[in-house]
Amino acid sequence: MPAMERTAAYAAAVSAPGVAGGAQLADYIALLKPRVMSLVVFSGFAGLYLAPGTLHPILALTAILCIAIGAGASGAINMWYDRDIDGVMERTRGRPLPMGRLEPGEALGFGITLAVGSVAVMVLAVNWVAAAWLAATIAFYVFVYTMWLKRRTPQNIVIGGAAGAFPPIIGWAAVTGSVGIEALVLFGIIFMWTPPHFWALALFRSDDYGRAGVPMLPNVAGAAETKRQILLYTVLLFPIAMLPTWLGFASHWYGLAAAVMGILFIVCALRVRQDTHHRAARQMFGFSILYLFMIFTLLIVDKSLSGVF
Amino acid sequence: MAITVQHKRQRVKNFALAGFLITLVVLFFFITLVKMGGAA
Repeated sequence: MPAMERTAAYAAAVSAPGVAGGAQLADYIALLKPRVMSLVVFSGFAGLYLAPGTLHPILALTAILCIAIGAGASGAINMWYDRDIDGVMERTRGRPLPMGRLEPGEALGFGITLAVGSVAVMVLAVNWVAAAWLAATIAFYVFVYTMWLKRRTPQNIVIGGAAGAFPPIIGWAAVTGSVGIEALVLFGIIFMWTPPHFWALALFRSDDYGRAGVPMLPNVAGAAETKRQILLYTVLLFPIAMLPTWLGFASHWYGLAAAVMGILFIVCALRVRQDTHHRAARQMFGFSILYLFMIFTLLIVDKSLSGVF
Repeated sequence: MAITVQHKRQRVKNFALAGFLITLVVLFFFITLVKMGGAA
């Protein structure tokens, strides 16, 4: 859909009778993208927990809070910028801005206030390295992914995916004040996981993305090429998820479990390649969330038990 | 004066904002204790 039509559709949606009626608290919470935030908080906590050294529990809680609020701020600014295309996509048209329950300026102000606040508290309470990574993550998500890449290239989520992969680095930096190779491995796992996760979604939502004019890979290169790329990234993810064992900061038990999860993920990708009705793509999307959750849980449990056995 | 839906929504938002600010004050209090060295 051309940009002018998207803008007209958005204007019609927000001026529809009965739509505007004052924002509720739930609308501000929706701006923070709570589901995305939960994954960001979990991966940030993993980085914080796996880092060598200790951090006072109050400061650790503060660091996690700052990561959560920073992620929410990014989501709010993203919704402000994407309000036109959100209005024409089925998946996002119920958001507060396309529905006209919030003014765009309110969402932008809310997002900027939270972004500045989270970085400021991080620098004052934790350390400037973690704060700098948090600021870079917010800036990367807003300027590089949302404003630059998302509407321009099918590689949007490959490069933009880095924003979602930074939280373990922030958590690690909160404890150590630096970034170690282990933190970069955690970054690499999420970075390589992001494309198959989003392309699986894009396969069964390609009409939605097509209407909004977002050049996701299935819309630009076709389903066959997308399925090939999904398999490629899933195979590349396998050795990266094994690196914690190979580099010695996770046990062989982690390695075994990660290998099983990796093989299952590759099986999902192979099934997506053979399936013509996107049923396998839906299953892979669901499994991808479980995969990432399990990999980070395994790392956390592995460290917790390292002194026991 | 009748309490409208807008009033109710605004009241909920005011309470939420107050709760958030009080949480921040408590958090800053404990951060200060830790940073001053007492509990670190």
